[in-house]
Amino acid sequence: MRTSTTTWILTTVLGWGIALLMFFPIFWMVLTSFKTEGAAIAPQLAFTPTFESYVEVQSRADYLSFAFNSVAVSVGGTVLALAFAIPAAYGMAFHPSTRTRGTLLWMLSTKMLPPVGVLVPIYLLFRTVGLLDTRIGLILIYGLMNLPIVVWMLFTFFKEMPNDILEAGRMDGARAWGEVWYLLLPLTLPGVASTGLLSLILCWNEAFWSLNLTSSAAAPLPAFIASFSSPEGLFFAKLSAASTVAVAPILVFGWLSQRQLVRGLTFGAVK
Amino acid sequence: MRTARKPGTVALVAPSVIVLLLWMIVPLVMTLWFSLQYYNLLNPTAEGFAGLDNYRYLVTDPDFWTSLVNTLVLLGSVLAITVVFGTLLAALYDQPFPGRNVARLLVIAPFFVMPTVSALVWKNLMMHPIYGVLGFLARSVGLEPVDWFAQYPMVSVIIILSWEWLPFALLILLTAVQSLDHEQREAARMDGAGPIAQFFHITLPHLSRAISVVVMIETIFLLTIFAEIFVTTAGGPGNATTNLAFLIYARALIQFDVGGASAGGVIAILLANIVAFFLVRTIARRLEV
Repeated sequence: MRTSTTTWILTTVLGWGIALLMFFPIFWMVLTSFKTEGAAIAPQLAFTPTFESYVEVQSRADYLSFAFNSVAVSVGGTVLALAFAIPAAYGMAFHPSTRTRGTLLWMLSTKMLPPVGVLVPIYLLFRTVGLLDTRIGLILIYGLMNLPIVVWMLFTFFKEMPNDILEAGRMDGARAWGEVWYLLLPLTLPGVASTGLLSLILCWNEAFWSLNLTSSAAAPLPAFIASFSSPEGLFFAKLSAASTVAVAPILVFGWLSQRQLVRGLTFGAVK
Repeated sequence: MRTARKPGTVALVAPSVIVLLLWMIVPLVMTLWFSLQYYNLLNPTAEGFAGLDNYRYLVTDPDFWTSLVNTLVLLGSVLAITVVFGTLLAALYDQPFPGRNVARLLVIAPFFVMPTVSALVWKNLMMHPIYGVLGFLARSVGLEPVDWFAQYPMVSVIIILSWEWLPFALLILLTAVQSLDHEQREAARMDGAGPIAQFFHITLPHLSRAISVVVMIETIFLLTIFAEIFVTTAGGPGNATTNLAFLIYARALIQFDVGGASAGGVIAILLANIVAFFLVRTIARRLEV
């Protein structure tokens, strides 16, 4: 019995020790965001909390436009991906053919193309058609970037739904779109929602395309935060406040959907 | 029984297939084409078919080989750190202890932080030699603070990336550990197998597929890591942290050498495809249609 008590104490200490260590940079960022710029550069725990940095960051008019861009491109990219993926996943899950397997694997393989490999042509194409530094441009990229993952996740959720229910609906004369809209989507709503959530997270945090294809008008938060990397941008408290606001919503989403996330990120290979 | 009536399945799947095909083929063909051209936006007089000149120029450039080595060092280190510790932590967080669920949430949190924030929080708040927490800790025990990004730029980038990707490995491996048959482990325990023997003979073999999935997915992302390097070191000092992705970016959007950057892009695509081939095969085995 003694050994198991020792093991239990050891597990608790290790489990919590590592958790606090891993979380420390985030904790410190949140803490720093409530300091004044003067206090932020002195690493200490005792200070008078202030909202100064938040107020200052928000009052810079452009901050709101960065935040708005983030919301617009994340939601836009997700809606675009869902609009294409729902019919495709429905078709493949309920009316599979000999080509379905190959199609799914091919979609997955398009995700393997490294963005940097196609940076040059995308940049030049965008420049030619005037999509550089536009929200529409990023929405297109994000929608296409996430389409394979969204199709895959929806496919696995749709597959779990018994065909009989749709069959019954069909007997009642529901047409294909009615079947999807009135039966399939309401019944698989949790799955569809977590798929959308994963897509939102991926869009929100995406940094490669947003850094390379936007400069100011359409730049989302990852690009705004990157502007603090210049030497004259050593404003720790403001950096922390802006970062905290940018990270907080996604952290909550991520915590809420970790299980489905594993499924989506590994394409169903680990459940 | 699946219905025989097929209300235009092709019409349902086709839009996705077509847009993905365009998204893949058009830039791919353009990259290949540009890589065979003399094409510099700053020098419009240099144009025309270059054959393999861009590739020849690339492979004779020592910067290219440095960037390739940097890419592989980065990949190898982060993979080793995240897989080894990810496996150990998955075993740890599978054990019951008070507040386990909260502790798990705290450990996986870094994965949800956007790359530019992770990189700058580490660079400024943690690793800054004067104002950072690490410098403060070093001084408080009487040591000389380390100027991380000047003295150990590559190590610093590896630390940041490992901090971001360890939670990913843990998240996947923990899910896999939890699907482990507990009766099997109980039986092993009854037979007198200690926790270490159980880990090596039951947990680790069970995790092998999940580990290979983690390795392959991380590889695909880590081969072309960009944002973390862009905001911390910008590839420097010198070219100490320039990886293939940053080299291509610099060629394309700083030097405007479209041909050269495209040749680099083709090489990045080839590298990713070697890994992708194995990943797709592993996933295909699990796919039931």
